[in-house]
Amino acid sequence: MKKGLTRRELLAGTGAAVGAAFVEGSAQRTALGAVTGRKSPLWGIAVDLARCAEKTGCHACIDACHAVHRVQASEDERHQVKWVWKEPLARVFPEQASGYETEAQLQTPVLVMCNHCTKSPCTKVCPTGATWRRSDGVVAMDEHRCIGCRYCMAACPYEARSFNWVTPHPSPSNGNFPARTAGVVEKCNLCVERLDNGQIPLCVETCASAGAGALAFGNLEDANSPLRQLLAGRQVRRRHPSLGTEPRIFYLV
Amino acid sequence: MAGPHRHPRLVWTFGVILVGLVVLGGVAYALQARTGLGVTGLSRELPWGLYISQFTFLVGLGASAVTVLLPYYVHHQKVFARALILGEIVAVIALTQALLCITVDLGQPGRLLNILLYPAPSSLMFWDCLTLAGYWILSVVGLAAALFARGGSPAKWVRGLALATIPWAIGVHVVTALLYAGLAARPAWMTAVLAPRFLATAFASGPALLILLAGGLARAKVFDIGREAVERLSIIMTYAATASAVLAALEAFTAIYSGIPAAGEHLQYLFLGLDGHLGLVAWTYASWMLLLLALVVLLIPRLRRRQKLAYGGTAAVLLSVLIDKGLCLVTSGFVPSPLGYVRDYQPSLIELAIVAGIYSGGALVFAAACRFLLISESTIHALNPPPQTAREPGMATVAHMEN
Repeated sequence: MKKGLTRRELLAGTGAAVGAAFVEGSAQRTALGAVTGRKSPLWGIAVDLARCAEKTGCHACIDACHAVHRVQASEDERHQVKWVWKEPLARVFPEQASGYETEAQLQTPVLVMCNHCTKSPCTKVCPTGATWRRSDGVVAMDEHRCIGCRYCMAACPYEARSFNWVTPHPSPSNGNFPARTAGVVEKCNLCVERLDNGQIPLCVETCASAGAGALAFGNLEDANSPLRQLLAGRQVRRRHPSLGTEPRIFYLV
Repeated sequence: MAGPHRHPRLVWTFGVILVGLVVLGGVAYALQARTGLGVTGLSRELPWGLYISQFTFLVGLGASAVTVLLPYYVHHQKVFARALILGEIVAVIALTQALLCITVDLGQPGRLLNILLYPAPSSLMFWDCLTLAGYWILSVVGLAAALFARGGSPAKWVRGLALATIPWAIGVHVVTALLYAGLAARPAWMTAVLAPRFLATAFASGPALLILLAGGLARAKVFDIGREAVERLSIIMTYAATASAVLAALEAFTAIYSGIPAAGEHLQYLFLGLDGHLGLVAWTYASWMLLLLALVVLLIPRLRRRQKLAYGGTAAVLLSVLIDKGLCLVTSGFVPSPLGYVRDYQPSLIELAIVAGIYSGGALVFAAACRFLLISESTIHALNPPPQTAREPGMATVAHMEN
């Protein structure tokens, strides 16, 4: 693999992978067990750190996600709701610093979101099953069942979960994604509403169309998927690997 | 018996203040329910504060009924007959307050029953709610049984129930500790010592409260649990408080000596402050100074013999645990956040009003329990006289016992 992903590679790759996966998925849905040897897809995202950082000040994916999912920015710092955002490298990977990085290196913005962990602590602690892992690996959230105890926020080692401290008043103009009420937790849903329609997550799509091509999406179950090829060919980091959560968001160094 | 009637005005003034605080708490809660938990001092980085802290402290008080149940039902120490009634009343009230604390903390309290409708056995909070509700019921039945027994020998089924209640009470508090201790994201709580520490602080703060209440009730000539019961409770409290200090120190050693940043950063925040944030430093020192002073007083016989000092030490134990468990322990677990942010927590006036309302309600129920359960003619006459008639009940007698 060259320096990063070209836009063409990325679109072609993910598109093909998604297409294949959804053929599989629908076959499985209609035949329900009659199809053997075909597993449910397992979605993952790779973030190319260098490519993402290259586009200084770019927040196309964040804006697109937050607009469509009606995530409202709060004026109060304590009440921020975030699905996808950027944090300095030193905070995202605190255990992997040499101690001799330049300030600029430490401050490199890194895209962070829910890691859709294989062993997700949040789903384990939820007392009502309001958040759970789908068979395709997405850690989903039912904001109508959530009682707002915030145990999942205490359990998440990535600060990926946000609580609606006040009633959000998002603009109704952007799509038809339902707005939340006060008193429930929310987070990145890996665009389940799009996945279930055969589309790739919006952040990945937006990143590609913005010309950054720093995000790749695909099926981890398929050894030939472009995502798996990427992971095989590059040095990969995951956040807090020692905690055993096994994130499905990968960072390409 | 004539105690409270000697100062009717004082009693009424106090009652009116408590009712006022309950109403204020209710208004504050209505406001919170309307606008959301944004009216609290909580944040994205620090999502649990005073409510969950106080819940933890109150579950400890509820579980501490063990310190009267165990001697009375297992070791047949009849001197605890009256302390048992007082202990059960306090336990039921504390547990009710604990349940209220969780409820006011919920973002969607109307969905509380989802915990039962969609049971999630992998969640410690699910088990915490189940065991708490069960323990609440056991305690209410136990209290009723203790009142009906009127100080006489308990019925066989009552003893059986009490024997089941003892491990249940310990279990409830252990489950509360496990709720924290199993989170990889929060190294401050992720220690096997947390559960024993919870038990130690519970068995220190519970008897401390009982001793203080018993002292007040005896002084007001309402109800006398007997000097020997007070003395034995005081010993249980002293040992438990010592154990809690030792456990905390052992935990601090592991955290600091290992040198792992994540293991010790919360201690740095508590004792020195982190990144210039001193949020809990004053509280931490207050809690530790109170505990150490209390231990000096309670462990040295010459000091312990002085009644006022002994009561002071008892109050210090209670306050120390209230500060530690009821504020510092839970909130410091969120500092620093997993991304390394340090966010101080300052309870808002709304939070303080709601918690004050919950405590005032508890105090009112306790007063009513004293009036209708403890000094009702039938109860007081039916109960055996206190094991030793003490003219000056309280811990002055502790000294005599030791001599």
